[in-house]
Amino acid sequence: MARKIIPIGPYHPLLEEPEYFKFTVEGETVVGAEVSIGYNHRGIEKLAEAKTYEQVTFLVERICGICSTSHPFAYIQAVEDAAGISVPDRAGYIRTIIGELERIHSHLLWVGLASHFIGYNTVFMWAWRYREPVLDIFEKISGNRNHYGMFKVGGVRRDIKKENIPELLETLKEVEKFVSMITKAVLDDPVLHARLKGVGALSNKDATDLCVLGPTARASGIPIDIRKDHPYAAYDKIEWDMIVMQEGDVFAKAAVRLLESMESIKIIRQCLKGMPEGPIDNEDIDIIPGEGIGLHEAPRGEVFHYVRTGSGPYPERHKIRAPSFMNVPSFKKTVIGQTLADAALITAAVDPCYCCTERMIATDPDNRLIAQGKDLIRLSQEKTERVKRKLRGK
Amino acid sequence: MQRVAEAIKVEFGEQVEIIEKSAKRIFVYIDKKKIKNIIHFLFVDLGARFSTASGIDDPGYFEILYHMAFDKEGMFVTVKTQINKSDPEIDSITSIVPGAEWIEREIHELLGIKFKGHPNLKRLLLADDWPEGVYPLRKEFPQVRRE
Amino acid sequence: MNLFKWGLRKAPAVFHAGASACNNCDIEILDLLTPRFDIERFGMTLAGSIRQADILLVTGVANRKIAKKLQQLYAQMPAPKVVAAIGSCACSGIIFRDSYNVGTPVDKIIPVNIYIPGCPPKPEAMIAALIKALNSL
Repeated sequence: MARKIIPIGPYHPLLEEPEYFKFTVEGETVVGAEVSIGYNHRGIEKLAEAKTYEQVTFLVERICGICSTSHPFAYIQAVEDAAGISVPDRAGYIRTIIGELERIHSHLLWVGLASHFIGYNTVFMWAWRYREPVLDIFEKISGNRNHYGMFKVGGVRRDIKKENIPELLETLKEVEKFVSMITKAVLDDPVLHARLKGVGALSNKDATDLCVLGPTARASGIPIDIRKDHPYAAYDKIEWDMIVMQEGDVFAKAAVRLLESMESIKIIRQCLKGMPEGPIDNEDIDIIPGEGIGLHEAPRGEVFHYVRTGSGPYPERHKIRAPSFMNVPSFKKTVIGQTLADAALITAAVDPCYCCTERMIATDPDNRLIAQGKDLIRLSQEKTERVKRKLRGK
Repeated sequence: MQRVAEAIKVEFGEQVEIIEKSAKRIFVYIDKKKIKNIIHFLFVDLGARFSTASGIDDPGYFEILYHMAFDKEGMFVTVKTQINKSDPEIDSITSIVPGAEWIEREIHELLGIKFKGHPNLKRLLLADDWPEGVYPLRKEFPQVRRE
Repeated sequence: MNLFKWGLRKAPAVFHAGASACNNCDIEILDLLTPRFDIERFGMTLAGSIRQADILLVTGVANRKIAKKLQQLYAQMPAPKVVAAIGSCACSGIIFRDSYNVGTPVDKIIPVNIYIPGCPPKPEAMIAALIKALNSL
């Protein structure tokens, strides 16, 4: 029987357009899943063909605000690959620092959101509160909390001054304390184990066939990480570990992200301490016709940019592929057969661009509306309560 | 010659032209009729990862580039194939690489290339009321340039 | 003083609509809820649905697919209503204004009362703008 649930709930009241993620349910089980996207399509690849190479750097920064640095990072490397431009070492270290800081802030953002979905609102507040020092570091280095404008073809725009480094290391320590605490808390919490383990597991075979990326792949036992496989910037000059888990469920995805954040802190610290002196920009740039591929391991996975340079001032073709494009379709495999209460969480577990997870609806096989995004979040929070009560033996 | 390039040469012989731009970037030119054979070889036999595909509107023909990642070797093999503008269609590779479903839909709606055998070739990004037959990424679609 | 206006000024309910945004303004708006900025000390709360909202915050360039939904949303909002365009994209479209998929700026789709430019505007700027707008009611 179809029933309409009146939406309640104070958080994430976003635009209520119903066709985004659509789950068909029978009873409590999800039997069908569809997605329709395009609400963010701004025609950026076409715009890039009418902008100079420097302007495109600012354009691609604004593809996504959370991975604001990932797209310029991949794009400038594509141009450098196409035209054979080399980058000074110091610039490589600064690029690495910015990339890793972004990884921390993005993973903390995700931890906050996922916690809200399962009803741990305190963790949401704390995770976002501890994002603030990371954004403060960005502001000190680049002048803006987001959209830093640090990258350019051949180097970086601003230097990290030596006298600022002790302060940055202090702030990093503060962030590390929180990340370390939350990692231990999540990995040891029996309620989270019961709530998240076995939920929405993506098998290694499905993950390979669907070509998923980033933490989604590494949580399913696929050991790929652009920073190790196709090294760039300073990643091959410092010590750090790739985090891989086998189960592919929501718990594994959360664990990979948290442990990765700890590795990021290690990377930033080594870079800040070991950065070589020297120029930050290769001023001798000549963009010749050619084609190049640029890659970066963004918080969500591999960002891929392909640039074909010509003899004119604009790119002839610029292909952009964000990691969520490969990760989001995996929900078809992970959500079918799971309960409606887990649907919101499983979709969020691949960490799609945040806006997207809000637009979800559930219908019965006759296509009557059963639940909207906020309801799905509430169902998820209620399930956590049941799990808690069961564990306490009530 | 690089190990992967060598393997492709052995398997396909005269059907391909291989250009090694560097140790990390190899470009393979092949006829569009053989696209499923080479993707099967790279994805299934050699274990490459399908990263993405780019459609390009060149003067005189369409081009599709399939970017295959060899993560263990730290390199990319880009398979390039040309398509007639008068009859723009090519076999879909989704039966070999399920992860290619969305990118073929995107190339279809933005460039107007038809992928034969695709399970679900409907619109992905453009609005439902976007006019049929208008393909924004084609060079003939107007571009606004501000100086 | 008009009772509605007094209520609006003292405890406005804010509804956030992301219309083809890059999400940067959206996360800065969510940041307003978090301990450092905490808009609840000004009486501002997030509305559960558009029908309970006093202020509509719009971010993003509003592409063709979403423009109609934005109008529907505005129509569902009860008067008196205030619309704030947050971020340079919502104010004018900036670098996306020439795109084939971006129709018109937000203020041609629905009436806008407050413009808060910035890419993204800092949370302090958003709070200042909202307080200013409310005080001028």
